[in-house]
Amino acid sequence: MSLIFYFIYQLNRFPVIKRRTIIKAYILKRLLLLVPLFLGITVITFALIKALPGDPVLSLVGERSSPETIERIKKQIGTDRSFIFQYTGYVQLLLKGEMGRSYYTQRDVARDILDKFPNTLKLAFASMILAVPIGLILGFVSVRNKGKPLDIFTSIIAVGGISLPVFWIGLILIYIFSFLLNLLPPSGTGDIRFLILPAVTLSLPAAASIARVARTTMLEIIGEPFVQTARAKGLGETAILVKHVFKNALIPLVTIIGLDFASYLNGAVLTETIFGWDGIGRFTMEGIIKRDYPVVMGCLLVGTSAFVLINFAVDILYQYLDPRIRIIEHSG
Amino acid sequence: MNIPGKIAIIALIVIAVVSVLAPAISQYDPVKIDLDSIKEKPGQDHLLGTDNKGRDILSRILYGGRFSIGIALLAGIVSLLAGFLVGIVSGYYGGKTDIVLMMFVDLVLSFPSLLLAIGISLILPSGLITVVVAIASVGWASFARLIRGHVLVLKERPFIDAARVIGCSDARILWSHILPNCLPLSFVYLGLKMGGYILTESALSFLGLGVQPPMPTWGSMISLNRVYILSAPWTVIFAGIAILITVVCFNIIGDALRDSLDYAAK
Repeated sequence: MSLIFYFIYQLNRFPVIKRRTIIKAYILKRLLLLVPLFLGITVITFALIKALPGDPVLSLVGERSSPETIERIKKQIGTDRSFIFQYTGYVQLLLKGEMGRSYYTQRDVARDILDKFPNTLKLAFASMILAVPIGLILGFVSVRNKGKPLDIFTSIIAVGGISLPVFWIGLILIYIFSFLLNLLPPSGTGDIRFLILPAVTLSLPAAASIARVARTTMLEIIGEPFVQTARAKGLGETAILVKHVFKNALIPLVTIIGLDFASYLNGAVLTETIFGWDGIGRFTMEGIIKRDYPVVMGCLLVGTSAFVLINFAVDILYQYLDPRIRIIEHSG
Repeated sequence: MNIPGKIAIIALIVIAVVSVLAPAISQYDPVKIDLDSIKEKPGQDHLLGTDNKGRDILSRILYGGRFSIGIALLAGIVSLLAGFLVGIVSGYYGGKTDIVLMMFVDLVLSFPSLLLAIGISLILPSGLITVVVAIASVGWASFARLIRGHVLVLKERPFIDAARVIGCSDARILWSHILPNCLPLSFVYLGLKMGGYILTESALSFLGLGVQPPMPTWGSMISLNRVYILSAPWTVIFAGIAILITVVCFNIIGDALRDSLDYAAK
């Protein structure tokens, strides 16, 4: 651990001249940072096991497991030995894909998570497909009509969107579209009809935050000289917005969309629970309600890992996306 | 400050005052079960109706506001103080301290906030303090990063050099020169973050990890009555509106504060 810190410290110390080397050093630094990050995640879940009352081995596999399983886990975790030893045993177990058994179903938690993860991904993608165009259009309308009533209106909508408690708006949507209008099923997992309501619920705050970022970045870019040039050239306002301003606003937008995608994991816990969507989020929630600790810890582990990895990918992507980086590279 | 900002501040003051004065305003006990008036529609007796146990929803919203806003405010202040400490030390002293502290900040910021808060609420016994700890243990990191960035800029300014030349100690420079200059920025940031804290608090309550029943919180009111949304939608709708309005107010104030700070900077 301290070796990694030392390495990152050295990386930060030496001034690197070439941009490409900077990017490489940056990626290396981020990759190294992933190690303490994953250690941190496992320490937290391990602390959870230790904090639970009773035998940690039993709290990992449950009292009703077969004696062989209990014996095997006990060997790995070695409750009679030191904390560090127990922790390394736990990490070794995880590396083998062993996350314990559910107290209630006796099923392998890792396998269940693997089964449910595609559903969560499906929901996240569906929400993104909804949120991105809606958010961009709202941002666009806002900028095109800056200061006019339409701008104020869309801004209010956007503030409202980021302020929505997702679990509440989900219930309201069920009430309106399933009970009053009888259009869509209130809950369950299945075809697109089941997907619409949870996807809309999850996409509302995301669309609002995209709209807000789109508005601020585009307004910032409009103040720059090259927009004046385009205007002097005789381009129409809409053409300027689409061709010049929007293109330049893309980079911060891609970042926020990527980060949003990661944060869907947060929202998924609430949304999936309300709509009975059979993904990781609902699995977590069920685990919490039933105090099914192996399930909760497995989900926390997988959820945070996915979040960390997506953030990492977005961060790296961002470094490559910015064309200004390339300009420096050519001139330097 | 702009007009929406002013309106939001007034609205928020009203919300805060009626929440604080809840015992004086509400005619009903928020936790007393009244089986004679279960799920009554909004009307003269009960302005916003009653819930599945006959409790007056308006009273519960008023009392719930004390928890929701109080917890968010407490969590915000704890985050602010912790973030301040880490940010100032990190930014002012720099070097190895800075790298290690910022790595820790990165670590915390890399976690999905709600999942981390859920994990913490599971370890600690449930209650008010736990919710504050769960929110603040995620919240301090972004404050630390913000303050550090600001301190890095501040410490290059001439007045800090001047202070050093006349012989001020580090502690004195930090306390009477750096700290006051960080205050406006951090209050703006607190305003921007408050809405999110309220949403986190209500989400934790909704998941049953917040302040425990029978004490009402906005999140738990929605969660406890969600099965009755078909027969008695008001049991769910009004608590959500309370959250929505409060969070909108905080977000508008945060935006307005940030705008006026940007304006002052120019």
